[in-house]
Amino acid sequence: MRQGKYLFVYSFLLAPVALYATFVIAPYVQAFYISLTSWRGFTAPKYIGFENYQRLLHDEHFWKAVRHHIVLLIALPIVTIGIALFFAFLLNVGGGSQGGVRKGVWGSKFYRVVFFFPQVLAVSVIAVMFQVVYRPNSSGLINGVLMKLGLDPVYFLSNPDLALWSILAVMVWQAVGFYVVLFSAGMASVPADIYEAAELDGATRMTLFFKVTLPLLWDTIQVAWVYLGIAAFDAFALVSVLSVGNNGGPDWNTTVIGVEIYQNMQQNKYGYASAMGVALFFLTITFAALTLRVSKRETIEM
Amino acid sequence: MTTTPQQKTPGKPATPVRTASGRQGAARSDSRIFGGVSNTVLAIWAIIVIAPIIWVFLSSFKNTEEIFNSPWTLPGSLRFDNWARAWSKAHVGRYFLNSVLVVSLSTFGTMLLGSMAAYVLARYKFIGNRPIYYMFVSGLAFPVFLALVPLFFVVKNLGLLNTYQGLILVYIAYSLPFTVFFMHSFFKTLPNAVAEAAMIDGAGHAKLFFRVMLPMAKPGLVSIGIFNILGQWAQYLLPVVLLSSAKDKWVLTQGIADISVNAGYEADWSGLFAALSIAILPMILMYALLQRQIQAGLTAGAVK
Repeated sequence: MRQGKYLFVYSFLLAPVALYATFVIAPYVQAFYISLTSWRGFTAPKYIGFENYQRLLHDEHFWKAVRHHIVLLIALPIVTIGIALFFAFLLNVGGGSQGGVRKGVWGSKFYRVVFFFPQVLAVSVIAVMFQVVYRPNSSGLINGVLMKLGLDPVYFLSNPDLALWSILAVMVWQAVGFYVVLFSAGMASVPADIYEAAELDGATRMTLFFKVTLPLLWDTIQVAWVYLGIAAFDAFALVSVLSVGNNGGPDWNTTVIGVEIYQNMQQNKYGYASAMGVALFFLTITFAALTLRVSKRETIEM
Repeated sequence: MTTTPQQKTPGKPATPVRTASGRQGAARSDSRIFGGVSNTVLAIWAIIVIAPIIWVFLSSFKNTEEIFNSPWTLPGSLRFDNWARAWSKAHVGRYFLNSVLVVSLSTFGTMLLGSMAAYVLARYKFIGNRPIYYMFVSGLAFPVFLALVPLFFVVKNLGLLNTYQGLILVYIAYSLPFTVFFMHSFFKTLPNAVAEAAMIDGAGHAKLFFRVMLPMAKPGLVSIGIFNILGQWAQYLLPVVLLSSAKDKWVLTQGIADISVNAGYEADWSGLFAALSIAILPMILMYALLQRQIQAGLTAGAVK
């Protein structure tokens, strides 16, 4: 029986481990080495030490991409979590209390279903949809209306000051519903008598929100922050579809690291593209570690 | 409302009750205003979410002139030929079926291999158990972009570039970390008694897994299955890199992106709207049918 057990265990592990080692582990390990080489894909990679990283330090496009990630990293979580928390609060406890049970506003189930829907759509489909929504002439959804009203069209994607914010808006549009559902689940698990007690003490809705809901949801908000932060380091599909000129926007004003990696791959600069990948990895890890560090708080026992 | 203070302060029930009910009376009209305001706010966001989608569907029946001159009106007639043109001439049908083929096989493979690995890692003691588990889970921390260059060459050297098989295997491999992580914790919670009873009845290890444990893990399989189907269906980066020069094998996400680039050159705007509608419609139908399971599946990772 014992021998049968080991045979069984290894036969079950063989295929998943082999597949995972080949397509995931091996590439991740190789990426670090390739980043130290000059490699165009035809001959063997040539070791050049940290030359790629030195070039990276002076690469204007790369730094633009990093700046965009920082903007997204700050704005995306703040805006998304802010809106989602507000909506979740309205949906779950905003309707006042009835017979001691806190109620959401009327129609809260409908809103939750609608808000969540963008999460089901593929990001590239959403990107194409917003490309037509943002179109700079009368055929765009927004500009079509603006021009009917006799206003000037807004160049959402070609105005360098506006392009990145237009892309951020799409990210928020998709993400809010997911976090409304997530926060609603968190709020539902807050015992009703906590709200009741606070209300008896004369707490207004504002106080309820800031002094009761927010602290009790802290863990969930932290998870949301990490998720949105990781999303802020991606944005590849949105930027590569939405940006004008296919090159990360007007004068690289919307480029992100993923797009830069892809562009360098297209030009067969494999060593350099890998160095950017490594840089992205360290940025992501630093962010995750910092978030968990900074936001660490005593969990409130319920 | 009135019982709680009495329970909490049994000695002096009168005063807190009066204050509470007095405040409640004043709060009622305030509550109605608040309800009205919040309903308005929520309705506005609902419109922001729905409006672009409805607009895409309306525009998919228009001709170019209507698209430019009356962006916000109903189409003059239901021009289904826009949809037909998108489906066949712009190859949306082809892309759609490719996506169905790739995702159904890769999700099946992910579920099978992922739950096999998770099961033995969760319920069997053997040397190397922990390292293998951590190897799988560590994959959650790495961005795919880091692996992109070497992955391209791994797939190329195996002769799998521009093939369905290559894309399917890569999808499975990159879905394993979360699937193993999720199913591992699920299999841990299953009771031992059932497994022991089955073993006494003479079931082998494999039979125990496929006949007893896997059916018991069904709720977890549904959640993670939906998570993988939607995730792999939405994948854009991997097909763009791994299928770039085999246009007949393109999946829907990259096909739609390509059509949007070409729509400008060919000036077939209604075809683009129809293509978008074809990509969105199945998701609406699926969401309408499985709304609860989908919400549970997608939030499964975050709630745990």
